[in-house]
Amino acid sequence: MPQPLQADRHPPLPAHWQNRLDNTLAAGETIEAWLETDLDPQLRFAPGLLVVTGHRLLTWHDGEARSWPLQPGLRLEHHDHAGVGSLELVDDQGRHALWRYTMGRNLAALRLAGEFALQRDSLTSGAPIVRDSEDLCPKCKAPLPPGEDECPICTTEGSTPPSTWTLFRLWRFARPYKGRLLAGFLLTLASTAATLVPPYLTMPLMDEILIPFQNGQPIDRDLVTLYLGGLFGAAMLAWILGWLRTYILALVSERIGRDLRTATYEHLLGLSLEYFGGKRTGDLMARIGSETDRINVFLSLHLLDFATDVLMIAMTSAILFSINPWLALVTLLPLPFIAWLIHTVRDRLRTGFEKVDRVWAEVTNVLADTIPGIRVVKAFAQEKREAGRFRDANKHNLALNDKLNRTWSLFGPTVTLMTEIGLLVVWAFGIWQISHNDITVGVLTAFLAYIGRFYTRLDSMSRIVSVTQKAAAGAKRIFDILDHVSSVPEPTRPVHLDRVEGRITLKQASFRYGTRAVTRGVDLTIAPGEMVGLVGHSGSGKSTLVNLICRFYDVSEGAVLIDGVDVRSVPVAEYRRHIGLVLQEPFLFFGTIAENIAYGKPEATRAEIIAAARAAHAHEFILRLPQGYDSLVGERGQGLSGGERQRISIARALLIDPKILILDEATSSVDTETEKEIQKALDNLVRGRTTIAIAHRLSTLRKADRLVVMDRGQVVETGNHDALIAAEGHYYKLYQAQARNVDNEDADPAAPVVPKTPTV
Amino acid sequence: MAHSGFTLQRDTFGRLVLTGADGERHEGVVPVRAFPIAAPDEGLSLLSGDGHEVGWTDSVAELPATERALIEEELAGREFMPVIDAIVEVSSFACPSTWQLRTDRGPAELLLKGEEDIRRLPGGRLLIADSHGIQFLIRDVAALDRHSRRLLDRFL
Repeated sequence: MPQPLQADRHPPLPAHWQNRLDNTLAAGETIEAWLETDLDPQLRFAPGLLVVTGHRLLTWHDGEARSWPLQPGLRLEHHDHAGVGSLELVDDQGRHALWRYTMGRNLAALRLAGEFALQRDSLTSGAPIVRDSEDLCPKCKAPLPPGEDECPICTTEGSTPPSTWTLFRLWRFARPYKGRLLAGFLLTLASTAATLVPPYLTMPLMDEILIPFQNGQPIDRDLVTLYLGGLFGAAMLAWILGWLRTYILALVSERIGRDLRTATYEHLLGLSLEYFGGKRTGDLMARIGSETDRINVFLSLHLLDFATDVLMIAMTSAILFSINPWLALVTLLPLPFIAWLIHTVRDRLRTGFEKVDRVWAEVTNVLADTIPGIRVVKAFAQEKREAGRFRDANKHNLALNDKLNRTWSLFGPTVTLMTEIGLLVVWAFGIWQISHNDITVGVLTAFLAYIGRFYTRLDSMSRIVSVTQKAAAGAKRIFDILDHVSSVPEPTRPVHLDRVEGRITLKQASFRYGTRAVTRGVDLTIAPGEMVGLVGHSGSGKSTLVNLICRFYDVSEGAVLIDGVDVRSVPVAEYRRHIGLVLQEPFLFFGTIAENIAYGKPEATRAEIIAAARAAHAHEFILRLPQGYDSLVGERGQGLSGGERQRISIARALLIDPKILILDEATSSVDTETEKEIQKALDNLVRGRTTIAIAHRLSTLRKADRLVVMDRGQVVETGNHDALIAAEGHYYKLYQAQARNVDNEDADPAAPVVPKTPTV
Repeated sequence: MAHSGFTLQRDTFGRLVLTGADGERHEGVVPVRAFPIAAPDEGLSLLSGDGHEVGWTDSVAELPATERALIEEELAGREFMPVIDAIVEVSSFACPSTWQLRTDRGPAELLLKGEEDIRRLPGGRLLIADSHGIQFLIRDVAALDRHSRRLLDRFL
């Protein structure tokens, strides 16, 4: 139905609601926004509708329509908790109504609440509605195409599953090797044909030499030499061709395996921290390591064998039919049965193998959990429990395998049985045909020779079922990674930043982790060169804010801008080049100290590395190490103290000379003496850069131009130390609490460090 | 502390108002179960609007009837964990997969992003998080009907 008056600021209403609405709306009344709710106040799934028009709010719930005229003081308040959103209609006296919906409809709800406020204000003041010049995406506040709910910047969650024909998707990796694959195929064809020559030669050998000899004729030596020569030649040809074929195809499959592994790993590195947060290391390692290997073996061995088998069956059938169609028909009769058997068992086995894979990942996960945490395990003497956990995972694995093997073990012998029965039938029918002089003894011998090979191939073909399923399950798990779109996507139309000033602006930035809103509507502008200290209890959202600024995560709502450009439109790598990060627990990679300092800028000269180390007050202690800058540091930098590692990571940040510097609890894990050393290093680092520092010790932030106090995901106070103390608010309380601790410190020299739990 | 002496009321805004033993009033308090999954009936805290605990009870059943009714009413509107009675249909066995469900709260749809969103709980219970973070509970896998079990089995 054409709706000329309806503004195109919202998507069209579903038809069944539109019909009801047509009877209710007054002439000239237009829909300004609507929300289809899916829950009732008791949180049962039930459809309902809220509509905002120019004068009123209309609702349908439980088949009952209600209407509230827009009045001053009436407002729609929006909350959400644990995946359920709610809208409350309130005024100064109390609450009039409450509606609930699942979070999938949150965008529509926010839009409705916004429109409600606009229409109400316009109605009260009589002034026309002033909208922002463009419609903004309710999620990221970016301009929206008219009438569309989906924002081109915000990535939409894919709900389409990957195809079940996952293995065919491997073609993407096979395409570069098309030529060699074709050569391999032709060789397979030729070598298979060569192997089919010897059984054919048994026919004349029998009919023209052996049978006549039994009937009293002498053996024709020339003919024997010819046939035996043919047998030998065919065998040699099959050998050479088979060797070439296997070599070429194995070569190709190894390359496909390599490409698959590297492509998966590269894709994985491109995914956001959010993805890694939700996955377990053991599982990811198993996917990239053993799954790719399994696919590789499948391609180079099993698929190749299978292709050969299919070719052989096709060629053999052709030959058999050309010799004697009737006998050929009888010979091939068991084939459909076997095919059917393979098919029925396939489904069972596939699900079984998928399960085994998952359990296998569970086994590795136990290892990946325990080995890095071995100190905790030993400290709490929980070796027995961890061993029990591993034993349980293995038991689970065993139980699944046992179940699977019950089907699987029946499968092989059944195929063999079919083979034997098939041979029996051929013998019986062949003897009957010979007795009727339809065929010669030679023909029957040739048939038996053919199907001897033929049926053994069927037997091995049945093995393809399990390996294909295993490989398909593996491919699926690989493509699960490859199909995962980074939640920190590369922009489609990137904006390049030539020079970065270092101005950071957060506009209504919110971040939601699962259903939990971690930061809510943060507005903050940080001027170039300014040092801002983020202060607050742990869990108040400081680290999340920093993660948003670094673009480890993207905001759920709102925007983060650098020099006025949305960070989502800047290529990720290019953006991060401007950011130096110093973390509480500096991670040192296995390698030399020089390599670790130059991690962000591998092409740095030795002089640059030393200059950075000097500025970070790391130069001297590095020189005290036996091999100086060439000293090796281990996985987590063992052998260096916390302060030393921290200074290396400061040197690392200094070397890339970033415009924006982020210090996330950089001095929290060291004692007060070391902190002073690090502080000196940091003072060098901070100079001339936009700096955002998080610290529990408020004393660390003395140099900050401005302090931003956060509480439960929101900015509650900003200002410098003196102003905030004078205001006697949140900061004052924090400061007082710490001052008290510092007083106690004289008696107890332990630093007042709250152990930092890693927050999102 | 079995129960810190407090009284509860509901104001016209539909918010819970708690008056503590010391007579202090807190508006907009929120009841929160300490172990919503493992032991929903044990331990319930009342948090003030700014997230501080203002009341605690070891068991809701021990509270006076008015308080208990108010808390249960509030929880009914806050706790959303549909219990899956049956899985009618799944769009695919590979994730993401959309499931059509029958739950104790009516028919529903669930978008499963990955198998790791299915959390195993002790006692054969499963907690399934959908793409919007709604938690669906399966009380007892063995008690589901054959069809649902077969579909579910493919994801476990």
